[in-house]
Amino acid sequence: MEGQPALAVDLRDVMIRFGDFTAVKSMNLQVGEAEFVAVVGPTGCGKSTILNTVTGLLKPAAGDVSVFGKPLTGLNDQSGYMLQQEGLLPWKTAQDNVGLGLVFQGKPVEEARAQARPWLAKVGLKGFEERYPHQLSGGQRKRVAMAQTLIMEPRIVLMDEPFSALDVHTRRLMHRILLDLWQAERRSLIFITHDLDEAITLADRVVVMSAGPGSRMVGDVPITLPRPRDVSALQTTDEFVALYRQIWSLLGAEVEKSYAAQG
Amino acid sequence: MPRKGKVVLVQVAIVLSLLLAWEAGVRTGLIDPFFFPAPSALVARIGEWMSTADFWSDVGVTLLETILSFVAGIAIGTTLGIWLGLSPFAAEVVQPFIKMFNAIPRILLGPIFVIWFGLGLTSKVALGVTLVLFVAFFNTFQGVREVNPVVLANARLLRASKWSLLRHVYLPSATTWILSSLRVSVGMAVMGAVVAEYLGSSAGLGHLIAQAEGVLDAAGVFAGIIVLSAFVVALDALVDRAEKRLLVWRPAPAHEV
Repeated sequence: MEGQPALAVDLRDVMIRFGDFTAVKSMNLQVGEAEFVAVVGPTGCGKSTILNTVTGLLKPAAGDVSVFGKPLTGLNDQSGYMLQQEGLLPWKTAQDNVGLGLVFQGKPVEEARAQARPWLAKVGLKGFEERYPHQLSGGQRKRVAMAQTLIMEPRIVLMDEPFSALDVHTRRLMHRILLDLWQAERRSLIFITHDLDEAITLADRVVVMSAGPGSRMVGDVPITLPRPRDVSALQTTDEFVALYRQIWSLLGAEVEKSYAAQG
Repeated sequence: MPRKGKVVLVQVAIVLSLLLAWEAGVRTGLIDPFFFPAPSALVARIGEWMSTADFWSDVGVTLLETILSFVAGIAIGTTLGIWLGLSPFAAEVVQPFIKMFNAIPRILLGPIFVIWFGLGLTSKVALGVTLVLFVAFFNTFQGVREVNPVVLANARLLRASKWSLLRHVYLPSATTWILSSLRVSVGMAVMGAVVAEYLGSSAGLGHLIAQAEGVLDAAGVFAGIIVLSAFVVALDALVDRAEKRLLVWRPAPAHEV
């Protein structure tokens, strides 16, 4: 067992079908321990489907899913999932929302709060403990949601276009916070996005998916940009632009195809 | 003057001028006091009542019946609402029966309850419960069904057990609906108690009104109605406070400045 580190997530020839509809034809995705992988693809290519498969919510029609070397049966207890949409409980304060998973585990509320407070500080929300979600801005709510996912210390973090609804500046702030947190405590992370800038800025590797239905992987590009990365200066560097061009040559064609299919 | 002050001023002016016109009408003989006793007579009657112990025990009886039917009705209605809200199969099975039962004019059950439970407290509470139950049930049912699916999915992803989901997601979500129906429920509980008393009893505000009616004492009936209104308004204020406390997490509605 020693020596050969098991992959955090290993999808082999995974096919996902909904009835007669094949969402994902053949997906191979390997994510190493503490690796940050971004998955990009045109709208409707089944990116979220992949995360649902890794969580164990969807069973593949064919192929294998392994988590840390073990075949996945039932729900994945190693993963934490941050949804695209707002999932905070509106009747709980920021700190109670962050500690929610702990309370679900059976921890007393006071203990969950005590653990939640440092996490709020980590995402830059010290002093907002007693605020209710409606009293927070969109970006602040996202940070609460991020802390809510990460406090459970999942070994695999899954994020489904978490920042897509935010404006550019807030999104950049979120990137900085996420990278800082990931840098401090490395976990395997699968980050779904349709924004190529975002993917290159954050990830170790960018995986490109083809247009759906029946999508597959069409590219797997390592991002060689050094870490720690400066989110605000990164995007004007030559290396970044070169990577962008390289990946866009794969992605652009797929996006065209998905437009054609919709048109 | 602030807007709110103006509103109150106009309201007071309307009430005062109506009462004055009424009083003047009775004094000048334009209005027959047998049918419409003068406001001063009503005030005198209420004052007279308030100095007797019997009146206060009547109020106490009605209050007790109201509270009991309110609490029991909410408890049964909420439980039923949660159960059916979470079980689409059971909901589909039970739905026609609920509709049928809800279609019965509940007041007509009053005599049945008197036959079943006698003239005492139980028959009054039973009628109140049948009135409150449905309001609470329909609102809880709706509340449980309309839980935001994203919130629910997120809680599930955080590994919430069934019990946790109920306690942290379904119930608080339904609370908004239950609370918004509390005001109606309070009115229903009072109505159940008073109507049942009116139909047959030996105590309570409904009994008081029935007695006055029996001797064609319009002043007594009117005074009873006024006392009942005050009673409901007081309970309403209590509900208002409970609502404010329980719904601190809700954004203030846009129209409230």
